[in-house]
Parts: sequence; structure tokens; C-alpha cells
Amino acid sequence: MLLFLLRRIGLMLVTALCLTFVVFALTNMPAKLETLAKTQAGSRMSDAEVTSWLERNGYAEPMLVRYGEWLGVMPGWVRVDADGSVTGRCVALRGTDDAAGERCGLLQGDWGFSTRFRAEVSDVIAARLGATGLLMMWVLIVMVPMALIVGVLAGMREGSRTDRTLSTFAIASTATPEYVSGVLFIALLASSTVGISPILAEWGWIDGRVLFQGNARSAIEDITLSNFTLPVLTIALYGMGYVARITRASMTEVMTQQYIRTARLKGVAFSKIVLRHALRNALIAPFTVIMLQIPWLLNGVVISEVLFSYPGFGWTLYEAAVNNDIELLLAASVVAVVVVLVTQLISDIGYVYLNPRIRIS
Amino acid sequence: MDPLNWFEILARMAQQFLPVWVALVVTYALSIRFKRRLGLYGKLFDSTVGMIGFGIVLFWLFTALFADLIVTHDALSQVSGMRNEPPGSALRDPRDLYPYYLLGGDSLARDVFSRMVMGAREVLRIAPFAAMISFMIGITLGLPAGYFGGKLDTGLTFLANLVLAFPVILLFFLLVAPEIQETIIPSVMAGILFLVPILFVTILLNARFFTQPAKRNLYVGGVLLVGVWAYAGLVFDADPVGLWSMSPNLLNVFVAVVFVNAPTVFRIVRGITLDIKSRDYVAAAQTRGEGPWYIMLWEILPNARGPLIVDFCLRIGYTTILLGTLGFFGLGVSPESPDWGSTINAGRRLLTVYPHPALVPAIALMSLVLGLNLLADGLREESLKD
Repeated sequence: MLLFLLRRIGLMLVTALCLTFVVFALTNMPAKLETLAKTQAGSRMSDAEVTSWLERNGYAEPMLVRYGEWLGVMPGWVRVDADGSVTGRCVALRGTDDAAGERCGLLQGDWGFSTRFRAEVSDVIAARLGATGLLMMWVLIVMVPMALIVGVLAGMREGSRTDRTLSTFAIASTATPEYVSGVLFIALLASSTVGISPILAEWGWIDGRVLFQGNARSAIEDITLSNFTLPVLTIALYGMGYVARITRASMTEVMTQQYIRTARLKGVAFSKIVLRHALRNALIAPFTVIMLQIPWLLNGVVISEVLFSYPGFGWTLYEAAVNNDIELLLAASVVAVVVVLVTQLISDIGYVYLNPRIRIS
Repeated sequence: MDPLNWFEILARMAQQFLPVWVALVVTYALSIRFKRRLGLYGKLFDSTVGMIGFGIVLFWLFTALFADLIVTHDALSQVSGMRNEPPGSALRDPRDLYPYYLLGGDSLARDVFSRMVMGAREVLRIAPFAAMISFMIGITLGLPAGYFGGKLDTGLTFLANLVLAFPVILLFFLLVAPEIQETIIPSVMAGILFLVPILFVTILLNARFFTQPAKRNLYVGGVLLVGVWAYAGLVFDADPVGLWSMSPNLLNVFVAVVFVNAPTVFRIVRGITLDIKSRDYVAAAQTRGEGPWYIMLWEILPNARGPLIVDFCLRIGYTTILLGTLGFFGLGVSPESPDWGSTINAGRRLLTVYPHPALVPAIALMSLVLGLNLLADGLREESLKD
């Protein structure tokens, strides 16, 4: 087991290194650096000025060297001007001249400076991750029980009318990407002119003009039912269908097993069979899928946070990409890649623990 | 003129879709008549779910085909006074134009209905094609990885996992950026990705017909001719006739979508191959002395077709969702393009006041993906019955 874990973690590190290098290379393309120079130092620069700006700010070194600097395995670049003033990667990051020539990168905890938010990348990311963590927590609280209930109810009696209805619902939910369901929800529930909000307001059932708010920016300070429901529902709905279908498939398979038939022949009540005998065995497969679903939710998080302008991690990633904020984008992708790899690892380990038939050699 | 009520709007829309209805009825009548002779396709008509799904998919397919007959206005032209008008509004000064905006006008006074119809063409021009290329790549790499195993398998699986560990949105932001478009990266990736289908078909035919050189030379030569022609047009934009061409924008989108999809297909094909290669008929072919590529492509692949066809339908749907995502973030498409993702994106700014410009493409996209998923479900059910 330990050897397996070590191998997996080693593989994970190699994957993370490869992926961050790809992101680094793509964000540091010559054309992107030119855009960066122009946004930082004036848009009417000549080509020669751009080149000299890039040279002065340490962007002219080879890609691998700069990747090493960013990682923190190579000393940061240093330049001593004719008048004796020292500039360099670490000087700018740490704010003292003494830091020149030291290593300052990811490994030292120096994540860089965000040009979009004018703040330390680590602070920006930490704050936004907290906001997204809250969102994800609610998404999982809504999604997982709903998906499991739908899946178990559908798979309990294969081919019944309940099964048909719930399966169609699950398929419909996987066919509704976040940007579609979000738009539908806003039009139906959060508009003061159309949908059901004006009707409810007329009847006097709701106090405000709309049932739910289509903008979740206020949820950063204070989460309420009215401003947080729609983003959570939007993300949960798309992921739910898939988990429900896996649960259904797993449940139908378990229900055909011999021990279920034995239990039925013994005269055990159907509800008891489902709860005592079938459920536990049927939940092994969904567990893996739920873990693997978390990276998929990341997509939904970006779309939903942009749509409802909730300033979380996804929104930050979007802003960083749109504004060509290289350091922030790199940090965001490191976080995203780590999330993906860690959930993969957890799902593998969890699968082994839940299913005693699988042994790791 | 008075605006139309909802009943009139629906009736007029049904009338515009007339070519689609005719084509649908003809297809269904012929298919049901001859369903016993049509194999898996015919069996589809035994399952209600499959039939509904297939109907929705066909509806959009015919809409894309007959889009020029269906649209009431030009998808890009603006008519004064029609900004954000609700569905069924009459044009102020129709002259020789269609007198109504059936589903209202968008924020630039264009007809929402016509844009939705033209959007179907945009989506269906890319999604199935991208899914097909992803499948050919996944098959070409997944079969040998599963069949030979060893170092090749380890290497390819690592690469596939690498791509799969990349958050899709991040990849899109990085790959489908205007700065990347000007570099050589999309062309190089397209060069590699489009080479695989040609290789696939060539090997496929060669493995089967190499004992009959005359036939082999004819088939492989024909494939290579068409392949190199299309390849030159798509990758280098150097098609002398001009039949095959792709704008750099579209090429970039295409490459990104294929790149995201291919590793998943690879994993599926590899898994099925691992399962099938221990079967008796594979052992029999090996004993007969068949080459590895013949066994992979003519013994294993046909027996893996069930799950692959099902996944193909799902993948077209997923590709549609991905294209919508790209449009939603305004990546890789021109701003006035009528594709559904960017129309939703354009409509969401005024969503709470004028929902119709965003709702119409949203529902269209949802129904197409739903149709594909139902179709896949029906196919799975029917193929399991054998």
C-alpha cells in the first residue's frame, strides 16, 4: 500500500510539473509577453522598446531558466544598473535589495504579484478559494444526496415507471450545461418582468420584486437563500444527472444479485432489502464518480461564477485569463491541477477501501 | 400591424420548418417500413426513447441542412426599431421582408429565430466532425496501447492522463487565445491531429487487402489522394480547388475540442481492447498468422462497436456543450457569429429584462444535447438486447 502511494505521488508530481510547464510556456509566449509589456508600460511602444522592456524585467532569459525561477529551483534574475541600483525578481517580490540573487518561487512561497488585482497572488488566491470552497460545499450538499436518492429510487425497480421518469430527468440534467440552466433559472426565477417572480409578487407571496437574485456578489459578505440558491443549483444540476445515472446502473446490478433474491425469498420487506442489503454495495461506484466529478465541477464553477458574478476562484481564473495576468493564471492553474490530481488519488484509494475484491499489488 | 399571439407564433414557426417536417416524415416512414433489414439502426425504432432522441437529432440535422429555406431574415442584418422587441413583433416597415420577428429581436435588432436556425448549422458543422476525428485518434492510439501493452501503453496512458488532468476551461483559455492563433502551435497540432485519420484509414484498408495488391493499391491510393487533398486544405490552407478550407479561428477551436476529447476516447478503446484481446476469435486469428493490425482493426474493432457507437452519440453532445462553452466565454468565434454559445453570451447582459435572445439558443442547445443523449440511451438499450 505504501509503495503504491509513493508511486502514485511520484507520478502526480511528474504530471504536475509537466502541466505547469505547459501552462508556463503557453502564458509566456512571445506574443503574450508583448501584450503584457504594452499593458504595463504604455500601448504605443515600438518593437525595440518592447524588447528592451522585456529585457529589463527579466523576460528575455530562456524559457526553461525562467520556469526554474518561477518554481524556485533557480536563483531569481538580478540586474545592477550603472547607478548602482539593484533590480531583480526577488527584489521586487520581497521588497529589499538583500534578496537579490536568492531563490524565490513557488517552493519558497512567493507566488508573484497579480497585475489585475494589484495584490499578492497568494492573498488573492487564498481569499477566492475560500469563497469557492463555500460554494462547492453547498453544491455537494445539494448534489450528492439528490443524485443518490434519484439513482437508488430509479435503480430499485428497473424498467418501472418511476425508473423511466427519473432516468429521463437524469438524462435531461446531463444535457443542460451550466450556461443553459443558469440562463433558464435567471429568466424563470430572478427576473422582475418575466417568469414566476412577478406573479408571486402580485399575489403578495414574496417581499421583494424577485424570488431569487440573479447576482451573487452580495453573497461574499452574507450568504442568504435569495442570493446563493441559483449559483448552487446551476452547478449541482449538471453534475447531478451523471452521478444519478451511475448510481442507477450500480443499483440495478446489485438488485439482480443472488443474495438479494435470497433475501426476497426469505420474505424480507422490500424497503429493508434496499436499505440493508443493496444500498451499501450499490454506493461503491458512485463514490469514485463523485470524487472524479469534483474536477468537472471546476468547469461549472467558472461558468456559474462568471454568470452570477460571484467573485470566487473560477471568476478569478476567468479575470486572469481575460486580462493576461500571467502570475495569477499560473497560480490558478497550479491550484486547479493539484485539485484534479488529489481527487483522483483519493478516489483510487477510497475505491480500494470500499471494495475488498480489489487488492493493490 | 398587431403583434402575433403565441398560438400564431407557433403556427408560423411550424410553417417555416415545413421542409424539416417533410424530411422527417419521409425518413421515419422509410426507416420503419424497412427496419428489419437495417441492423442496429433499424432496431432503434423498437425503442421509444431512442426514437424520440433520434427524432430530435434529425430535426436539428435537417434544420441545419435546410437553414436557408427556413430563416425568415438574414442572420446578420439589422432592422431599425426592432431592438429587444418581444416575440411576434411586427416589422415597422416590412417592404419585401418577412413581416414579423417570430421570436423577437436581440440587442442589435437582429432576428432571434433566424439566428437560432443558422446557429444550428454552425454547431452541426463542427461538432460531429470534431467527434469523428477524436474517435479516429482515440482508436488509432487506443488499439495498439491495449493490444501490445508494455512501454507503449504506459507512455500513451501517461500522456492521456496528462491531458485529462488539465481543467478544460483553462486549456481553452490558453489554447484558443488570439495570441496563440498567430503562432505556429495550432497549425502544428492540426498537422498532427489530422494526420491520424489518414493513417487510420490507410492502415485499415492495407491490413485487409494487402493480399490483393491490385485492389489494395486502388483503395489506398484513392484514400491517400483525398486525404492529402483535404489535409493540404485544412492544415496549410493550400487547397488548389478551395473545397477544403478552415479559417484560423475555426481551426483553433477545432483543434482545442479534439484535443480535449481524444484522450477520453483513447481510454475507452484501450479498456475494451484489453477485454476483447483475450477472446477465442483473437487467438484463432493469431494462430492463423494474421498481422497485429489486421487483428486490431478487423477482429477487435468491429466487436467493440456497440459501446463505441453509444459513446460517439454522447460525445457529439458533449462537443456541442464544449463549443457552447467556448462561445459563452467569447473564445475563438467572431462576435457576430450566430452560434448558440455566443448568442447566449450576448443575451445574458439584459437577461432579466429581455430574456428571449438568450433563452431561445439555450433551449435549442439543450434540446439537441438531450436528443443525442436519448439516442445514445436507446442505442445502448437495443445493442444490449443481442
